[in-house]
Amino acid sequence: MFRFLLHRLFLQAVPTLLVLATLSFLLVRLAPGSPFASERELPQQTLDRLNETYGLDQPMHIQYGRYLAGLMRGDLGPSLKNPGRSVRELIAHALPVSLELGALALLYALGLGLTLGILAAIRPNGWGDHLAMGLALIGICIPGFVLGPLLALAFGLQLEWLPVVGWDTPADRILPVISLGSIYAAYIARLARGGMLEELSKDYIRTARAKGLTETRVILGHALRGGVQPVISFLGPAAAGLLTGAFVVEVIFQIPGLGRIIVNAALNRDQFLVLGCVLLFGALMVLFNTLVDVVLAGLNPRIRLQKEKA
Amino acid sequence: MNTSASYSLAGDAWRRLLRNRAALSGLVLLVLMMLACVAGPWLTPYSHEEMNLLNSHQSPSGAHWFGTDELGRDLLTRTLIGGRISFAVALAATGVSLVIGVSYGGLSGFVGGRVDALMMRIVDVLYALPFTLLVILLVTLFERSMILLFVAIGAVEWLTMARIVRGQVMGLRNQEFIEACEVLGYSNARILFRHLLPNVLGTVIIYVTLTIPSVMLLEAFLSFLGLGVQPPMSSWGSLIKDGVGAMEDFPWLMIFPGAALFVTLLALNFLGDGLRDALDPRRGGG
Repeated sequence: MFRFLLHRLFLQAVPTLLVLATLSFLLVRLAPGSPFASERELPQQTLDRLNETYGLDQPMHIQYGRYLAGLMRGDLGPSLKNPGRSVRELIAHALPVSLELGALALLYALGLGLTLGILAAIRPNGWGDHLAMGLALIGICIPGFVLGPLLALAFGLQLEWLPVVGWDTPADRILPVISLGSIYAAYIARLARGGMLEELSKDYIRTARAKGLTETRVILGHALRGGVQPVISFLGPAAAGLLTGAFVVEVIFQIPGLGRIIVNAALNRDQFLVLGCVLLFGALMVLFNTLVDVVLAGLNPRIRLQKEKA
Repeated sequence: MNTSASYSLAGDAWRRLLRNRAALSGLVLLVLMMLACVAGPWLTPYSHEEMNLLNSHQSPSGAHWFGTDELGRDLLTRTLIGGRISFAVALAATGVSLVIGVSYGGLSGFVGGRVDALMMRIVDVLYALPFTLLVILLVTLFERSMILLFVAIGAVEWLTMARIVRGQVMGLRNQEFIEACEVLGYSNARILFRHLLPNVLGTVIIYVTLTIPSVMLLEAFLSFLGLGVQPPMSSWGSLIKDGVGAMEDFPWLMIFPGAALFVTLLALNFLGDGLRDALDPRRGGG
């Protein structure tokens, strides 16, 4: 376990983040136009001083070296468009909101998706199966940026049951979480059904039934462990999707999270802020994928974590 | 009818597909949708750019089936034109990912050994990158053009294709018919392109039907954020975004483009599921 984590850190996390930092640094710097260009023309002197202040007048390799050195110290640089504030400060402020939104949406997706998937697998091709899979199919075809406004329109503006703006009270969480999580609930339902059906057709399940176990125990106590593995594997990509999917949901429901920060930073060419956000997302993804592998190995001892080094 | 064709894999798969009612209706729906988007704008009596401020925010009626937007433009025409862009981006970006993915994966699996290991490590590292963010970076930093949009999307969607093709090619590589090709003295290129890749086609088609909807979603997502297709052009994503802004008073502005996207994704999903069953008989339909 410890060796696995060590391998992950040095063979995957570090190279991935290094590639990511280099690639996005190059992209940001090679892009035409200056970050200080705006509607009103700034005098050349001001531009020079701005470039000097932020070290943008140095040759590319020196800038790159400085940026990497800063990263080692956990310094993500200054924000060019929010004077006097560091990227770390801005991210630290918005990250908890986005993490909460993502975590709640993931819980919702898992709860709903697993329930539907397991119910569908209990009696394949029965009416419950058709209903659950029909719902899942519809869910897959409605992206968050369509579902969100629809929900806001129906439950917020027409029925006035739920708030559609903000992130203060628990009620504020409901619509954004449903908008963000539903498409993943749909995927999870499909994967859970497939995984459960395969698991339920195995010999040990017949043995369990022959022992006279109740169907509930067969399904929840035995088959579930193997049946959820496709779902767990999907959680890595799902987490990445939830993080980026949160962009539109945060914009729609005006939630002060990272999504709004990164969209604005990209539009304003706030270079260090964009870089910082991209790196943060990369780090979160590596972290989450590692977590998923650890959980998978816990569920299925035949998967050996140490094999990773091959 | 050509008898040999009826025994071919393609002919067989085609017949299985036609027997699958869900897949068939998906196919029909998709073809209708594409036809409507291609031909529709010429048939409607309005242009998608023509403004008529006296006629703004009309609710759906006989004259304007989908209503009109704030500038009095006919929403049906705009939705159909937007569909052209959405389909064009989806097909072009899928094409880009197809070309890169199949050649990269094919080469990697065919050459094998150290080159293969290196090529796949590169894919692994790229896989772990938050690609939606890189696409956002690309389209915001450089000029926002359609070409860049689908190149960027295609360039991030090829990874899975490369992995799948590589796995398939490696499996076929050691079979006897490839050995026979080598004995016959065929060039490597000929073996790869004429004998290996055609055998991978079924799997590739299945994956393409999965890629098209995800590309379409990514384009709509970017356009919704204002980072994709730029005005005066419109795609379903940008129409939905405009509609959301005016949703409270004029809900149809969001509902119709959203419904167009929904129906298309639904059709693609039906077709994709059907194709998967048709091209891979071992899975068994059901």
